[in-house]
Amino acid sequence: MIIASFRHRHAGHCESGVTSTLLTHFGMPISEPMALGLSSSLTFAHLPFVKVGGFPITAYRMLPGNVYKGLRKPLGLRMHLQRFRDADEAMRVLDGHLAAGRPVGIQASVFWLPYFPPEMRFHFNAHNLVVYGRDGNDYLVSDPVFDLPQRCAAEALRKSRFTQGAFAPRGLLYYPVGFDPGFALQPAVRRAVRKTVNMMLRAPLPIVGIRAMRGLAKRLRALPRQRPDPRYQRLFLGNIVRMQEEIGTGGGGFRFMYAAFLQEAGETLAQEQLLDASRQMTSVGDLWRQFALEAAQFTRDKPGASLAGASDRLLEAAAAEEAVYRGLAAY
Amino acid sequence: MKQEEVPQDHLPYYQSGRKAIYAVDGEGHFGTVPSSGWSVEDAVTAAAAGEYARQAQDALARARRGETSPLEYHLSDRRLDVAQLAQSARLSACRVRRHFRPQVFARLSSSRLSRYADALGLSPEALRGLPPPEGP
Repeated sequence: MIIASFRHRHAGHCESGVTSTLLTHFGMPISEPMALGLSSSLTFAHLPFVKVGGFPITAYRMLPGNVYKGLRKPLGLRMHLQRFRDADEAMRVLDGHLAAGRPVGIQASVFWLPYFPPEMRFHFNAHNLVVYGRDGNDYLVSDPVFDLPQRCAAEALRKSRFTQGAFAPRGLLYYPVGFDPGFALQPAVRRAVRKTVNMMLRAPLPIVGIRAMRGLAKRLRALPRQRPDPRYQRLFLGNIVRMQEEIGTGGGGFRFMYAAFLQEAGETLAQEQLLDASRQMTSVGDLWRQFALEAAQFTRDKPGASLAGASDRLLEAAAAEEAVYRGLAAY
Repeated sequence: MKQEEVPQDHLPYYQSGRKAIYAVDGEGHFGTVPSSGWSVEDAVTAAAAGEYARQAQDALARARRGETSPLEYHLSDRRLDVAQLAQSARLSACRVRRHFRPQVFARLSSSRLSRYADALGLSPEALRGLPPPEGP
């Protein structure tokens, strides 16, 4: 059983990739950057009190689920979302959709997906992928962060759909049931950009936005004093960079993908202001990569790399990114 | 980032797989470029995985000396922390920590043991045991 009309697409990030692939399949072609941008899913957050594996969470995008939920308004998108208590039922319903010729998005934990190389298998519950067929005991999986479609045994898929913990998937399954094909791009872009700008510049708490970047930079400077253990320092910094580069972000912690969104919107609407912002955002992504480079050198204990240096790179990225949002504030 | 700047560091664990990275072509146009990985990503991922491995080895040595239960070893071996395991097994974190004591762990009921086994993706027998010592 395979849905022949389904086309796998390689994407930078799982959720925006799945959303774009599914919408395209169901008749609403939309690129991955558009899905990210129109849902205002770009952000920066550092949550010092929420720890995983002993290290605070750093995020470059909004909470899981924000991409397809954030598209409800701009695209008039209605998504059918279903969670389950019972794993058997969740697998039965999945089979039912496949039999009806409907590819569906599901949420799963990376750790239990056998097609991931062991080096990349960590307990991240909010991974997204499309299931588009079944061949005997194997499900045919379109995982957007892989360049080719994958296969996954039923038991493994079942286990990864029902892990517990933060963002527990609870068998989540989703597919679009309706959207407005004639939606107006101009107001949608405007609203989405404004929302992102507001969040990044005017978040009420300094754990989100530009202020969070500066706060984190400050924290990096204070780290040698607070936590003299060099191993802790290396892992702390490494953890920030993992969120930026290891988890599929399209590079530069989603900044390049967002620049691609600004470019696509700017070209479609013929608006020079968005194209300008896109070019600026591209340089911001490059600065984030400089930060990652310095951080990785520190993690590897290379001479010349320091926490203070990483902190400076982060401040440079923050300043450049703030300028982009200040420019877009008048949009 | 320009397309020719997209890192191609041939990370061994990518094998034939590629990651999609957004970059601009000669005309400044965005598109995705398949990347065979960036050494930066390799460094930070290896550091994180290495930390779990280090904790697992440490727990293993202590478990062999009878200072902790096999549960602590399997926890790190599965790249989990106490809070995550507690949530998965639907127990409080203090309780999980208490089960690190070998005497307490040995008295665990089979139903509780299977809850842990399930959360860790192990059989209850494997959970009670430790990997055989390496070497000749």
